[in-house]
Amino acid sequence: MKEGKPRLLLGNEACVEGAIAAGLKFFAGYPITPSTEIAELCASYLPRVGGKFMQMEDEIASMAAICGASLAGRKSMTATSGPGFSLKQENIGFAVEAEIPCVVVDVQRVGPSTGMPTSAAQGDVMQARWGTHGDHEIVALAPSSVLEAYTLTVAAFNIAEELRTPVILLMDEMVGHLREKVVLPSKSELLVKDRAKPDLPPGQYKPYADYGDPAKVAPLAAFGDGYKYHVTGLTHGEDGFPTNNPELGARQIKRINDKITSRKKDLPQAEELFTDDAEVFVFSYGGTARSAKKAVRDARAKGLKAGLIRPVTIWPFIEEPLLKAKAKKPKAVIVPEMNLGQIILPVKRVMGDACPVVGVNKLGGRYIEPDEILDAIKEAIQSGSAS
Amino acid sequence: MRKEFRLAGAGGQGLITAAIILAAAAAEHTEYNAVQSQSYGPESRGGSSKADVIISTDEIDYPEIKSPEILLVMTQEACDKFVPGVRPGGMVIVDDTYVKDVPPIDAKVIKYSISAKAKELGREIVANIVALGLLVGLTGIVPEEAALQSVLARVPKGTEELNKTAFLAGIQAAKEVNS
Repeated sequence: MKEGKPRLLLGNEACVEGAIAAGLKFFAGYPITPSTEIAELCASYLPRVGGKFMQMEDEIASMAAICGASLAGRKSMTATSGPGFSLKQENIGFAVEAEIPCVVVDVQRVGPSTGMPTSAAQGDVMQARWGTHGDHEIVALAPSSVLEAYTLTVAAFNIAEELRTPVILLMDEMVGHLREKVVLPSKSELLVKDRAKPDLPPGQYKPYADYGDPAKVAPLAAFGDGYKYHVTGLTHGEDGFPTNNPELGARQIKRINDKITSRKKDLPQAEELFTDDAEVFVFSYGGTARSAKKAVRDARAKGLKAGLIRPVTIWPFIEEPLLKAKAKKPKAVIVPEMNLGQIILPVKRVMGDACPVVGVNKLGGRYIEPDEILDAIKEAIQSGSAS
Repeated sequence: MRKEFRLAGAGGQGLITAAIILAAAAAEHTEYNAVQSQSYGPESRGGSSKADVIISTDEIDYPEIKSPEILLVMTQEACDKFVPGVRPGGMVIVDDTYVKDVPPIDAKVIKYSISAKAKELGREIVANIVALGLLVGLTGIVPEEAALQSVLARVPKGTEELNKTAFLAGIQAAKEVNS
Protein backbone atom coordinates (compact mmCIF):
# COMPACT_ATOMS: atom_id res chain seq x y z
CA MET A 1 0.00 0.00 0.00
CA LYS A 2 1.50 3.26 -1.21
CA GLU A 3 2.08 5.93 1.40
CA GLY A 4 1.99 9.67 0.92
CA LYS A 5 0.68 9.58 -2.64
CA PRO A 6 -2.78 10.75 -3.58
CA ARG A 7 -5.09 7.87 -4.36
CA LEU A 8 -8.68 7.38 -5.36
CA LEU A 9 -10.15 5.12 -2.70
CA LEU A 10 -13.59 3.72 -1.89
CA GLY A 11 -14.88 4.43 1.63
CA ASN A 12 -15.16 0.72 2.42
CA GLU A 13 -11.66 0.16 1.03
CA ALA A 14 -10.25 2.93 3.23
CA CYS A 15 -11.91 1.28 6.24
CA VAL A 16 -10.09 -1.99 5.52
CA GLU A 17 -6.74 -0.27 4.97
CA GLY A 18 -7.24 1.60 8.23
CA ALA A 19 -8.05 -1.62 10.05
CA ILE A 20 -4.93 -3.33 8.71
CA ALA A 21 -2.81 -0.30 9.64
CA ALA A 22 -4.29 -0.44 13.15
CA GLY A 23 -3.24 -4.07 13.46
CA LEU A 24 -6.36 -6.02 12.46
CA LYS A 25 -5.54 -9.71 12.49
CA PHE A 26 -8.97 -11.36 12.46
CA PHE A 27 -12.13 -10.62 10.53
CA ALA A 28 -15.27 -12.72 10.69
CA GLY A 29 -18.32 -11.72 8.78
CA TYR A 30 -21.34 -12.46 6.68
CA PRO A 31 -21.11 -10.08 3.72
CA ILE A 32 -24.02 -7.74 3.15
CA THR A 33 -24.60 -4.73 0.89
CA PRO A 34 -23.44 -1.98 1.24
CA SER A 35 -20.60 -3.30 3.41
CA THR A 36 -19.57 -6.20 1.17
CA GLU A 37 -16.29 -4.70 -0.06
CA ILE A 38 -15.05 -4.68 3.54
CA ALA A 39 -15.36 -8.47 3.78
CA GLU A 40 -13.99 -8.98 0.26
CA LEU A 41 -10.92 -6.85 0.88
CA CYS A 42 -10.27 -8.35 4.32
CA ALA A 43 -10.30 -11.77 2.66
CA SER A 44 -7.73 -10.49 0.20
CA TYR A 45 -5.47 -8.44 2.50
CA LEU A 46 -5.49 -10.28 5.84
CA PRO A 47 -3.62 -13.42 4.71
CA ARG A 48 -0.81 -11.14 3.46
CA VAL A 49 -0.25 -9.72 6.94
CA GLY A 50 -0.52 -12.99 8.82
CA GLY A 51 -4.17 -12.48 9.63
CA LYS A 52 -7.23 -14.67 9.23
CA PHE A 53 -10.52 -14.09 7.45
CA MET A 54 -13.53 -16.25 8.22
CA GLN A 55 -16.75 -16.25 6.28
CA MET A 56 -19.26 -17.24 8.96
CA GLU A 57 -22.68 -18.85 8.72
CA ASP A 58 -24.41 -15.69 9.91
CA GLU A 59 -23.97 -12.39 11.71
CA ILE A 60 -24.55 -13.81 15.18
CA ALA A 61 -21.69 -16.25 14.72
CA SER A 62 -19.51 -13.52 13.17
CA MET A 63 -19.85 -11.38 16.26
CA ALA A 64 -19.17 -14.37 18.51
CA ALA A 65 -16.09 -15.26 16.46
CA ILE A 66 -14.53 -11.82 16.78
CA CYS A 67 -15.12 -11.90 20.55
CA GLY A 68 -13.27 -15.21 20.69
CA ALA A 69 -10.42 -14.04 18.49
CA SER A 70 -10.01 -10.88 20.52
CA LEU A 71 -9.79 -12.89 23.75
CA ALA A 72 -7.07 -14.90 22.02
CA GLY A 73 -5.13 -11.64 21.69
CA ARG A 74 -5.87 -10.63 18.11
CA LYS A 75 -7.32 -7.30 17.03
CA SER A 76 -10.69 -8.21 15.57
CA MET A 77 -13.40 -6.69 13.41
CA THR A 78 -16.66 -7.51 11.69
CA ALA A 79 -18.67 -5.48 9.17
CA THR A 80 -22.35 -5.47 8.33
CA SER A 81 -25.38 -3.36 7.54
CA GLY A 82 -28.67 -2.80 9.37
CA PRO A 83 -30.15 -6.30 9.13
CA GLY A 84 -26.90 -7.88 10.31
CA PHE A 85 -26.33 -5.19 12.92
CA SER A 86 -29.63 -6.24 14.51
CA LEU A 87 -28.38 -9.82 14.75
CA LYS A 88 -25.05 -8.83 16.24
CA GLN A 89 -26.60 -6.94 19.13
CA GLU A 90 -26.73 -9.87 21.55
CA ASN A 91 -23.02 -10.53 21.26
CA ILE A 92 -22.19 -6.82 21.20
CA GLY A 93 -23.77 -6.82 24.66
CA PHE A 94 -21.59 -9.78 25.57
CA ALA A 95 -18.49 -7.85 24.44
CA VAL A 96 -19.63 -4.84 26.49
CA GLU A 97 -20.17 -6.93 29.61
CA ALA A 98 -17.09 -9.15 29.23
CA GLU A 99 -15.03 -6.08 28.18
CA ILE A 100 -13.77 -7.53 24.92
CA PRO A 101 -12.09 -5.05 22.54
CA CYS A 102 -13.46 -5.26 18.99
CA VAL A 103 -14.63 -3.10 16.12
CA VAL A 104 -18.07 -3.46 14.52
CA VAL A 105 -18.61 -1.63 11.23
CA ASP A 106 -22.19 -0.85 10.27
CA VAL A 107 -22.56 0.62 6.78
CA GLN A 108 -26.11 1.85 7.12
CA ARG A 109 -28.73 1.25 4.45
CA VAL A 110 -32.47 1.84 4.35
CA GLY A 111 -34.47 -0.20 6.88
CA PRO A 112 -36.39 -1.52 8.72
CA SER A 113 -35.63 -5.16 7.92
CA THR A 114 -34.00 -5.84 4.54
CA GLY A 115 -35.28 -2.43 3.39
CA MET A 116 -33.44 -0.98 0.40
CA PRO A 117 -30.08 -2.73 0.19
CA THR A 118 -28.22 -0.33 -2.12
CA SER A 119 -29.58 2.93 -0.71
CA ALA A 120 -28.23 5.20 1.99
CA ALA A 121 -29.81 5.88 5.37
CA GLN A 122 -28.84 6.87 8.89
CA GLY A 123 -31.48 4.83 10.60
CA ASP A 124 -29.20 2.85 12.93
CA VAL A 125 -28.11 5.73 15.16
CA MET A 126 -30.32 4.67 18.04
CA GLN A 127 -29.70 0.99 17.38
CA ALA A 128 -25.98 1.69 17.81
CA ARG A 129 -26.79 3.33 21.12
CA TRP A 130 -29.44 1.02 22.52
CA GLY A 131 -29.47 -2.06 20.28
CA THR A 132 -28.28 -4.29 23.03
CA HIS A 133 -30.05 -4.43 26.35
CA GLY A 134 -29.12 -3.27 29.80
CA ASP A 135 -27.41 -0.17 31.10
CA HIS A 136 -24.33 0.35 29.02
CA GLU A 137 -22.31 2.99 27.27
CA ILE A 138 -21.13 2.42 23.73
CA VAL A 139 -18.64 4.25 21.53
CA ALA A 140 -19.82 5.00 17.98
CA LEU A 141 -17.85 7.03 15.44
CA ALA A 142 -19.36 8.43 12.23
CA PRO A 143 -17.00 9.10 9.30
CA SER A 144 -18.11 11.60 6.70
CA SER A 145 -15.29 11.22 4.20
CA VAL A 146 -13.16 8.47 2.72
CA LEU A 147 -10.15 9.76 4.64
CA GLU A 148 -12.14 9.52 7.87
CA ALA A 149 -13.23 5.99 6.99
CA TYR A 150 -9.50 5.30 7.34
CA THR A 151 -8.55 7.49 10.29
CA LEU A 152 -11.63 6.68 12.36
CA THR A 153 -11.19 2.95 11.82
CA VAL A 154 -7.71 3.34 13.32
CA ALA A 155 -9.23 5.41 16.13
CA ALA A 156 -11.92 2.77 16.67
CA PHE A 157 -9.29 0.09 17.24
CA ASN A 158 -7.32 2.34 19.58
CA ILE A 159 -10.39 3.12 21.67
CA ALA A 160 -11.50 -0.52 21.69
CA GLU A 161 -8.10 -1.71 22.88
CA GLU A 162 -7.59 1.05 25.42
CA LEU A 163 -11.05 0.90 26.96
CA ARG A 164 -11.66 -2.83 26.41
CA THR A 165 -14.98 -2.29 24.73
CA PRO A 166 -16.68 -2.81 21.38
CA VAL A 167 -16.54 0.29 19.18
CA ILE A 168 -19.08 0.86 16.42
CA LEU A 169 -17.91 2.49 13.20
CA LEU A 170 -21.23 3.90 12.05
CA MET A 171 -20.78 4.50 8.35
CA ASP A 172 -23.49 5.03 5.79
CA GLU A 173 -23.83 3.94 2.17
CA MET A 174 -23.00 7.46 1.01
CA VAL A 175 -19.50 7.28 2.53
CA GLY A 176 -18.97 3.51 2.17
CA HIS A 177 -19.60 3.63 -1.59
CA LEU A 178 -17.98 6.97 -2.33
CA ARG A 179 -14.65 7.09 -4.10
CA GLU A 180 -12.60 10.12 -3.18
CA LYS A 181 -9.08 11.46 -3.49
CA VAL A 182 -7.13 10.81 -0.30
CA VAL A 183 -3.59 11.01 0.95
CA LEU A 184 -3.36 8.47 3.74
CA PRO A 185 -1.18 9.23 6.75
CA SER A 186 2.19 7.50 6.75
CA LYS A 187 2.97 4.84 9.35
CA SER A 188 5.04 7.31 11.36
CA GLU A 189 2.13 9.77 11.48
CA LEU A 190 -0.26 7.09 12.67
CA LEU A 191 -0.92 6.49 16.35
CA VAL A 192 -1.60 2.81 16.96
CA LYS A 193 -2.34 1.68 20.49
CA ASP A 194 -1.90 -1.92 21.51
CA ARG A 195 -3.61 -3.75 24.30
CA ALA A 196 -2.06 -3.59 27.75
CA LYS A 197 -0.86 -7.00 28.99
CA PRO A 198 -0.86 -7.98 32.66
CA ASP A 199 2.44 -7.62 34.51
CA LEU A 200 1.22 -9.65 37.48
CA PRO A 201 1.89 -13.38 37.55
CA PRO A 202 -1.00 -15.80 36.94
CA GLY A 203 -2.86 -16.26 40.19
CA GLN A 204 -2.64 -12.60 41.10
CA TYR A 205 -4.09 -11.28 37.85
CA LYS A 206 -7.60 -9.87 38.06
CA PRO A 207 -9.11 -9.59 34.57
CA TYR A 208 -11.87 -7.26 35.80
CA ALA A 209 -9.92 -5.35 38.42
CA ASP A 210 -11.61 -2.29 39.89
CA TYR A 211 -8.96 0.33 40.61
CA GLY A 212 -11.42 2.86 41.98
CA ASP A 213 -10.51 5.11 39.04
CA PRO A 214 -12.99 4.71 36.17
CA ALA A 215 -10.44 5.79 33.57
CA LYS A 216 -8.14 2.90 34.54
CA VAL A 217 -9.00 -0.34 32.75
CA ALA A 218 -7.58 -3.75 33.67
CA PRO A 219 -5.11 -5.23 31.19
CA LEU A 220 -6.34 -8.20 29.19
CA ALA A 221 -4.39 -11.46 29.16
CA ALA A 222 -4.71 -13.44 25.95
CA PHE A 223 -5.90 -17.02 26.00
CA GLY A 224 -2.76 -19.11 25.75
CA ASP A 225 -0.58 -16.66 27.67
CA GLY A 226 -0.79 -18.83 30.76
CA TYR A 227 -3.45 -16.89 32.60
CA LYS A 228 -6.61 -18.73 33.55
CA TYR A 229 -9.66 -16.59 34.01
CA HIS A 230 -13.38 -16.73 33.57
CA VAL A 231 -15.26 -14.85 30.84
CA THR A 232 -19.02 -14.56 31.15
CA GLY A 233 -21.96 -12.43 30.18
CA LEU A 234 -23.21 -12.76 33.75
CA THR A 235 -22.48 -9.84 36.02
CA HIS A 236 -19.19 -10.71 37.65
CA GLY A 237 -16.61 -9.77 40.23
CA GLU A 238 -13.01 -8.74 39.65
CA ASP A 239 -11.99 -12.37 39.04
CA GLY A 240 -14.59 -12.74 36.28
CA PHE A 241 -16.79 -15.22 38.16
CA PRO A 242 -20.53 -14.51 38.30
CA THR A 243 -21.95 -12.72 41.27
CA ASN A 244 -25.43 -12.07 42.58
CA ASN A 245 -24.09 -9.71 45.22
CA PRO A 246 -26.10 -6.51 44.59
CA GLU A 247 -23.28 -4.25 45.67
CA LEU A 248 -20.63 -5.97 43.54
CA GLY A 249 -23.02 -6.21 40.61
CA ALA A 250 -23.94 -2.53 40.74
CA ARG A 251 -20.29 -1.61 41.05
CA GLN A 252 -19.32 -3.64 37.99
CA ILE A 253 -22.11 -2.20 35.84
CA LYS A 254 -21.27 1.31 36.97
CA ARG A 255 -17.58 0.76 36.23
CA ILE A 256 -18.07 -0.34 32.61
CA ASN A 257 -20.27 2.73 32.02
CA ASP A 258 -17.94 5.16 33.78
CA LYS A 259 -14.85 3.96 31.92
CA ILE A 260 -16.41 5.40 28.76
CA THR A 261 -18.12 8.54 30.07
CA SER A 262 -14.98 9.53 31.98
CA ARG A 263 -12.98 9.48 28.74
CA LYS A 264 -15.29 11.59 26.54
CA LYS A 265 -12.62 14.24 26.15
CA ASP A 266 -10.19 11.65 24.73
CA LEU A 267 -12.60 10.55 21.98
CA PRO A 268 -12.58 12.17 18.50
CA GLN A 269 -14.11 15.63 18.88
CA ALA A 270 -16.50 17.52 16.64
CA GLU A 271 -15.43 19.49 13.59
CA GLU A 272 -16.69 23.06 13.73
CA LEU A 273 -17.00 25.44 10.80
CA PHE A 274 -17.99 29.13 11.11
CA THR A 275 -19.35 28.56 14.62
CA ASP A 276 -17.73 31.65 16.19
CA ASP A 277 -20.36 34.16 15.09
CA ALA A 278 -23.08 31.78 13.92
CA GLU A 279 -26.74 32.61 14.50
CA VAL A 280 -27.98 29.28 13.19
CA PHE A 281 -26.17 26.02 13.79
CA VAL A 282 -26.39 22.91 11.65
CA PHE A 283 -25.66 19.76 13.63
CA SER A 284 -24.88 16.97 11.20
CA TYR A 285 -22.88 13.73 11.07
CA GLY A 286 -21.75 11.10 8.58
CA GLY A 287 -22.47 11.41 4.87
CA THR A 288 -25.19 13.99 5.44
CA ALA A 289 -22.62 16.34 6.99
CA ARG A 290 -21.18 16.78 3.49
CA SER A 291 -24.47 18.33 2.40
CA ALA A 292 -24.57 20.35 5.60
CA LYS A 293 -21.07 21.71 5.01
CA LYS A 294 -22.01 22.79 1.49
CA ALA A 295 -25.21 24.38 2.79
CA VAL A 296 -23.31 26.32 5.46
CA ARG A 297 -20.71 27.53 2.94
CA ASP A 298 -23.53 28.57 0.57
CA ALA A 299 -25.30 30.37 3.43
CA ARG A 300 -22.12 32.28 4.28
CA ALA A 301 -21.74 33.24 0.62
CA LYS A 302 -25.18 34.84 0.91
CA GLY A 303 -24.21 36.64 4.11
CA LEU A 304 -26.22 34.32 6.36
CA LYS A 305 -24.50 33.53 9.64
CA ALA A 306 -24.68 29.74 9.69
CA GLY A 307 -22.23 27.42 11.40
CA LEU A 308 -21.63 23.68 11.29
CA ILE A 309 -21.11 21.34 14.21
CA ARG A 310 -20.15 17.90 12.92
CA PRO A 311 -19.90 15.37 15.73
CA VAL A 312 -17.39 12.65 14.91
CA THR A 313 -18.01 10.64 18.05
CA ILE A 314 -21.77 10.36 18.14
CA TRP A 315 -21.94 8.02 21.14
CA PRO A 316 -21.32 8.81 23.90
CA PHE A 317 -23.04 12.09 23.07
CA ILE A 318 -20.53 14.90 23.54
CA GLU A 319 -22.40 18.01 24.65
CA GLU A 320 -19.70 20.71 24.70
CA PRO A 321 -20.04 22.07 21.15
CA LEU A 322 -23.80 22.41 21.62
CA LEU A 323 -23.40 24.00 25.03
CA LYS A 324 -21.04 26.54 23.46
CA ALA A 325 -23.64 27.17 20.74
CA LYS A 326 -26.38 27.50 23.35
CA ALA A 327 -24.41 30.20 25.14
CA LYS A 328 -24.51 32.25 21.92
CA LYS A 329 -28.32 32.34 22.07
CA PRO A 330 -28.77 30.99 18.54
CA LYS A 331 -31.91 31.40 16.46
CA ALA A 332 -32.09 27.66 15.77
CA VAL A 333 -30.23 24.40 15.57
CA ILE A 334 -30.96 22.44 12.39
CA VAL A 335 -30.46 18.69 12.46
CA PRO A 336 -30.51 17.01 9.02
CA GLU A 337 -30.70 13.21 9.12
CA MET A 338 -31.50 10.45 6.63
CA ASN A 339 -34.05 9.12 9.12
CA LEU A 340 -37.15 10.43 10.89
CA GLY A 341 -35.14 12.07 13.68
CA GLN A 342 -32.72 10.19 15.93
CA ILE A 343 -29.69 12.28 16.95
CA ILE A 344 -32.11 15.23 17.20
CA LEU A 345 -33.36 13.78 20.52
CA PRO A 346 -30.18 14.41 22.54
CA VAL A 347 -29.73 17.73 20.68
CA LYS A 348 -33.17 18.79 21.94
CA ARG A 349 -32.27 17.63 25.43
CA VAL A 350 -29.14 19.79 25.47
CA MET A 351 -30.73 22.87 23.88
CA GLY A 352 -33.85 22.73 26.05
CA ASP A 353 -35.95 25.87 25.51
CA ALA A 354 -32.99 27.94 24.31
CA CYS A 355 -34.05 27.86 20.67
CA PRO A 356 -36.04 25.81 18.17
CA VAL A 357 -34.38 22.52 17.16
CA VAL A 358 -35.50 21.74 13.63
CA GLY A 359 -35.14 18.41 11.83
CA VAL A 360 -34.55 18.11 8.09
CA ASN A 361 -35.45 14.52 7.45
CA LYS A 362 -35.45 12.39 4.34
CA LEU A 363 -36.35 8.77 3.70
CA GLY A 364 -36.24 6.36 0.78
CA GLY A 365 -32.49 6.32 0.24
CA ARG A 366 -32.14 9.78 -1.27
CA TYR A 367 -29.41 12.06 0.03
CA ILE A 368 -30.43 15.29 1.72
CA GLU A 369 -29.46 18.00 -0.75
CA PRO A 370 -27.52 21.09 0.37
CA ASP A 371 -30.37 23.34 -0.81
CA GLU A 372 -32.83 21.60 1.51
CA ILE A 373 -30.60 22.46 4.47
CA LEU A 374 -29.98 25.98 3.11
CA ASP A 375 -33.75 26.53 2.95
CA ALA A 376 -34.02 25.53 6.61
CA ILE A 377 -31.19 27.95 7.48
CA LYS A 378 -32.94 30.81 5.64
CA GLU A 379 -36.23 30.06 7.31
CA ALA A 380 -34.64 29.92 10.76
CA ILE A 381 -32.90 33.26 10.23
CA GLN A 382 -36.08 34.90 8.95
CA SER A 383 -38.38 33.60 11.64
CA GLY A 384 -35.71 34.24 14.28
CA SER A 385 -35.52 37.90 13.16
CA ALA A 386 -39.30 38.27 13.09
CA SER A 387 -39.78 37.13 16.67
CA MET B 1 -12.80 24.93 -11.96
CA ARG B 2 -15.42 22.32 -11.38
CA LYS B 3 -16.58 19.77 -13.95
CA GLU B 4 -19.38 17.31 -13.46
CA PHE B 5 -19.61 14.15 -15.54
CA ARG B 6 -22.32 11.52 -15.77
CA LEU B 7 -21.79 8.19 -17.51
CA ALA B 8 -24.97 6.21 -18.05
CA GLY B 9 -26.01 3.04 -19.78
CA ALA B 10 -26.69 -0.59 -18.96
CA GLY B 11 -25.09 -2.70 -16.25
CA GLY B 12 -22.23 -4.65 -17.84
CA GLN B 13 -21.15 -1.85 -20.21
CA GLY B 14 -18.37 -0.94 -17.79
CA LEU B 15 -19.43 2.63 -17.16
CA ILE B 16 -18.70 2.52 -13.43
CA THR B 17 -15.20 1.30 -14.31
CA ALA B 18 -14.78 4.11 -16.83
CA ALA B 19 -15.93 6.63 -14.22
CA ILE B 20 -13.50 5.22 -11.65
CA ILE B 21 -10.64 5.47 -14.13
CA LEU B 22 -11.55 9.07 -15.01
CA ALA B 23 -11.70 10.05 -11.33
CA ALA B 24 -8.49 8.14 -10.57
CA ALA B 25 -6.65 9.89 -13.40
CA ALA B 26 -7.62 13.25 -11.94
CA ALA B 27 -6.99 12.24 -8.29
CA GLU B 28 -3.71 10.42 -8.77
CA HIS B 29 -2.09 12.37 -11.60
CA THR B 30 -3.29 15.98 -11.22
CA GLU B 31 -3.73 18.54 -8.45
CA TYR B 32 -7.50 18.35 -8.77
CA ASN B 33 -9.86 16.86 -6.23
CA ALA B 34 -12.11 14.11 -7.49
CA VAL B 35 -15.03 12.05 -6.26
CA GLN B 36 -16.87 9.24 -7.95
CA SER B 37 -20.20 7.75 -6.97
CA GLN B 38 -22.74 5.50 -8.59
CA SER B 39 -26.21 4.17 -8.30
CA TYR B 40 -27.19 0.70 -9.22
CA GLY B 41 -29.93 -1.75 -8.41
CA PRO B 42 -29.50 -5.27 -7.08
CA GLU B 43 -29.03 -6.40 -10.70
CA SER B 44 -25.51 -5.92 -12.04
CA ARG B 45 -26.17 -7.11 -15.56
CA GLY B 46 -28.60 -5.53 -17.96
CA GLY B 47 -30.23 -3.15 -15.48
CA SER B 48 -29.59 0.55 -15.76
CA SER B 49 -26.33 1.90 -14.43
CA LYS B 50 -25.21 5.44 -13.70
CA ALA B 51 -21.86 6.74 -12.50
CA ASP B 52 -20.98 10.32 -11.61
CA VAL B 53 -17.60 12.02 -11.41
CA ILE B 54 -16.83 15.47 -10.05
CA ILE B 55 -13.41 16.97 -10.72
CA SER B 56 -12.67 20.26 -9.02
CA THR B 57 -9.95 22.60 -7.84
CA ASP B 58 -11.94 23.08 -4.61
CA GLU B 59 -12.92 20.70 -1.83
CA ILE B 60 -15.90 18.62 -2.95
CA ASP B 61 -18.50 18.51 -0.18
CA TYR B 62 -21.66 17.15 -1.72
CA PRO B 63 -20.84 14.28 -4.09
CA GLU B 64 -24.10 14.02 -6.02
CA ILE B 65 -24.65 15.75 -9.35
CA LYS B 66 -27.92 17.49 -10.11
CA SER B 67 -27.32 18.43 -13.72
CA PRO B 68 -24.11 17.21 -15.32
CA GLU B 69 -22.14 19.41 -17.66
CA ILE B 70 -20.89 16.41 -19.61
CA LEU B 71 -23.08 13.37 -20.17
CA LEU B 72 -22.16 10.12 -21.87
CA VAL B 73 -25.07 7.84 -22.77
CA MET B 74 -24.66 4.34 -24.12
CA THR B 75 -28.26 3.12 -24.24
CA GLN B 76 -31.48 4.68 -25.52
CA GLU B 77 -33.02 4.31 -22.05
CA ALA B 78 -30.14 6.25 -20.44
CA CYS B 79 -30.38 8.86 -23.18
CA ASP B 80 -34.10 9.42 -22.64
CA LYS B 81 -33.66 9.52 -18.86
CA PHE B 82 -30.60 11.76 -18.49
CA VAL B 83 -30.37 14.03 -21.53
CA PRO B 84 -33.12 16.40 -20.31
CA GLY B 85 -31.09 16.99 -17.11
CA VAL B 86 -27.93 18.19 -18.83
CA ARG B 87 -26.77 21.68 -17.94
CA PRO B 88 -27.62 24.21 -20.68
CA GLY B 89 -24.61 24.69 -22.91
CA GLY B 90 -23.14 21.38 -21.79
CA MET B 91 -22.05 18.40 -23.83
CA VAL B 92 -23.77 15.08 -24.60
CA ILE B 93 -21.71 12.21 -25.99
CA VAL B 94 -23.90 9.58 -27.58
CA ASP B 95 -23.02 6.03 -28.54
CA ASP B 96 -25.10 5.88 -31.70
CA THR B 97 -24.54 2.15 -31.97
CA TYR B 98 -27.44 1.88 -29.51
CA VAL B 99 -28.87 5.38 -29.22
CA LYS B 100 -30.98 6.24 -32.23
CA ASP B 101 -32.95 9.19 -31.00
CA VAL B 102 -31.60 12.14 -28.98
CA PRO B 103 -34.22 14.49 -27.49
CA PRO B 104 -33.75 18.18 -28.39
CA ILE B 105 -31.39 19.81 -25.91
CA ASP B 106 -29.41 23.03 -25.44
CA ALA B 107 -26.07 21.26 -25.47
CA LYS B 108 -23.38 20.19 -27.90
CA VAL B 109 -24.37 16.68 -29.04
CA ILE B 110 -21.57 14.45 -30.23
CA LYS B 111 -22.46 11.15 -31.85
CA TYR B 112 -20.00 8.35 -32.32
CA SER B 113 -20.40 4.61 -32.82
CA ILE B 114 -18.52 3.75 -29.63
CA SER B 115 -19.63 0.14 -29.23
CA ALA B 116 -19.26 -0.60 -32.95
CA LYS B 117 -15.71 0.79 -32.83
CA ALA B 118 -14.86 -1.40 -29.82
CA LYS B 119 -16.21 -4.46 -31.65
CA GLU B 120 -14.11 -3.57 -34.66
CA LEU B 121 -11.02 -3.37 -32.42
CA GLY B 122 -11.64 -6.89 -31.14
CA ARG B 123 -14.15 -6.95 -28.29
CA GLU B 124 -17.17 -4.82 -27.55
CA ILE B 125 -16.34 -5.08 -23.84
CA VAL B 126 -13.78 -2.26 -24.29
CA ALA B 127 -16.47 0.18 -25.45
CA ASN B 128 -16.19 1.86 -22.04
CA ILE B 129 -12.52 2.59 -22.66
CA VAL B 130 -13.19 3.92 -26.16
CA ALA B 131 -15.80 6.16 -24.52
CA LEU B 132 -13.28 7.24 -21.89
CA GLY B 133 -10.76 8.18 -24.59
CA LEU B 134 -13.47 10.18 -26.30
CA LEU B 135 -14.38 11.96 -23.05
CA VAL B 136 -10.76 12.80 -22.26
CA GLY B 137 -10.05 13.88 -25.84
CA LEU B 138 -13.12 16.10 -26.04
CA THR B 139 -12.84 17.75 -22.63
CA GLY B 140 -9.10 17.78 -21.98
CA ILE B 141 -9.97 17.42 -18.30
CA VAL B 142 -6.89 15.28 -17.59
CA PRO B 143 -3.74 14.77 -19.66
CA GLU B 144 -4.12 11.87 -22.10
CA GLU B 145 -1.00 10.21 -20.73
CA ALA B 146 -2.35 10.34 -17.16
CA ALA B 147 -5.64 8.83 -18.23
CA LEU B 148 -3.87 6.07 -20.13
CA GLN B 149 -1.76 5.27 -17.04
CA SER B 150 -4.94 4.97 -14.98
CA VAL B 151 -6.51 2.74 -17.64
CA LEU B 152 -3.53 0.41 -17.59
CA ALA B 153 -3.45 0.35 -13.78
CA ARG B 154 -7.10 -0.61 -13.44
CA VAL B 155 -7.96 -3.03 -16.25
CA PRO B 156 -7.54 -6.80 -15.82
CA LYS B 157 -4.03 -8.16 -16.41
CA GLY B 158 -3.57 -9.44 -19.93
CA THR B 159 -6.00 -6.94 -21.44
CA GLU B 160 -3.67 -3.92 -21.35
CA GLU B 161 -2.90 -3.88 -25.09
CA LEU B 162 -6.53 -4.07 -26.17
CA ASN B 163 -7.52 -1.40 -23.67
CA LYS B 164 -4.68 0.87 -24.75
CA THR B 165 -5.81 0.48 -28.37
CA ALA B 166 -9.38 1.23 -27.32
CA PHE B 167 -8.36 4.33 -25.36
CA LEU B 168 -6.27 5.68 -28.25
CA ALA B 169 -9.14 4.97 -30.65
CA GLY B 170 -11.32 7.17 -28.42
CA ILE B 171 -8.73 9.95 -28.42
CA GLN B 172 -8.50 9.70 -32.22
CA ALA B 173 -12.30 9.78 -32.50
CA ALA B 174 -12.33 13.00 -30.44
CA LYS B 175 -9.97 14.58 -32.98
CA GLU B 176 -12.20 13.45 -35.84
CA VAL B 177 -15.45 14.77 -34.39
CA ASN B 178 -13.78 18.04 -33.44
CA SER B 179 -12.34 18.63 -36.88
